[in-house]
Amino acid sequence: MSEQSNGANKPEFWRWQENVWADESRDWRAAKAITVGIDVGSVSSQCVIVADGELYAYNSMRTGNNSPDSAKNAFKGVTEKTGLTLNDVHMVVGTGYGRVNVPFSHKAITEIACHARGANYMGGNGVRTILDMGGQDCKAIHCDEKGKVTNFLMNDKCAAGTGRGMEVISDLMQIPIAELGPRSFDVDVEPEAVSSVCVVFAKSEALGLLKAGYTKNKVIAAYCQAMAERVVSLLERIGVEEGFFITGGIAKNPGVVKRIEKLLGIQAMNTKIDSQIAGALGAALFANTLVTKQGALAPIAF
Amino acid sequence: MIANYGYKDGSGEYYISIDTDRCISCAAGRACLTGCPKGMFENMTDDYDDEVVQVKQQFRRNLAYDCADCKPSGGHASLPCTTACTPGAIKHSW
Repeated sequence: MSEQSNGANKPEFWRWQENVWADESRDWRAAKAITVGIDVGSVSSQCVIVADGELYAYNSMRTGNNSPDSAKNAFKGVTEKTGLTLNDVHMVVGTGYGRVNVPFSHKAITEIACHARGANYMGGNGVRTILDMGGQDCKAIHCDEKGKVTNFLMNDKCAAGTGRGMEVISDLMQIPIAELGPRSFDVDVEPEAVSSVCVVFAKSEALGLLKAGYTKNKVIAAYCQAMAERVVSLLERIGVEEGFFITGGIAKNPGVVKRIEKLLGIQAMNTKIDSQIAGALGAALFANTLVTKQGALAPIAF
Repeated sequence: MIANYGYKDGSGEYYISIDTDRCISCAAGRACLTGCPKGMFENMTDDYDDEVVQVKQQFRRNLAYDCADCKPSGGHASLPCTTACTPGAIKHSW
């Protein structure tokens, strides 16, 4: 948790951990094809470097109030870690909410296709159903063994069932966001879910429960259950097949993931890779395929 | 690919589904583009470089209201978009 000054030192309980990672066992200079995927989401932005079709490095950070700057900062974080420059990159693909505002991308591909491709890499070719729980929307996706989308559904009308909703509850409870999931299991009796159709109603309801004597953990459990019910109803609309994979920041919240698994009666597949980078990873893999087919493209300076 | 455009809210589920496999080689000459009185459909090239139709972004969160005039309560016996789409690629969830 960090503290930022906005007139007073107000703790930011919602602030999640930003990450920069590089595979130090490899040297990107030995790669024949280096591609970049930039995912500018509504809440977080990621930059992923793929070297010869394999994940090499990434940066996951908070999206600012300007999509081009968020894309540049995400890329800059990786270059500082790896020493790589834009001139070393053979192609850049942008994705996410701000995909058309990535100033140095050669192509924009929707996050739906990119999440499917990324999940296929992270979970293997057995992945068939993907739930992407993003910052301000939620997507249910079916894909084939190659990671090609066969069916999708997106709900971006409401923040309930999204990362932003969880951030609101984190701030309301004054509990760091990373602790919400584990604390949601620390209840004597599993409570009823709060409103699952609106994050504003859910917040009001959560306040009412606190006043009614619920512990913070019980309120968090009620919210996690609401979020799980919300996304399960989305998934049930397109159906859930074996090979269930969750991407996005909420995949790191066991309080929601375990409740989704219980409602669906199916276990989500595990991965060692950060679930939040799936979109950018898919974009970088699309770029790698394009480089293989069409050859490298000259960098677009920013 | 089945592309679902729309949303679910407290009043129900409102999705227009487009089966892009039927849409790619449209036998109806993209009649949906003119069949919809509100012009809610548009051509696009999808992520796999196929030419298909999609619901315009500005209509996706208002389907319950924008499509209401074409429902039976608006005096239509059948939906103009699904009638125009003879390959049967377009479906409404409500």
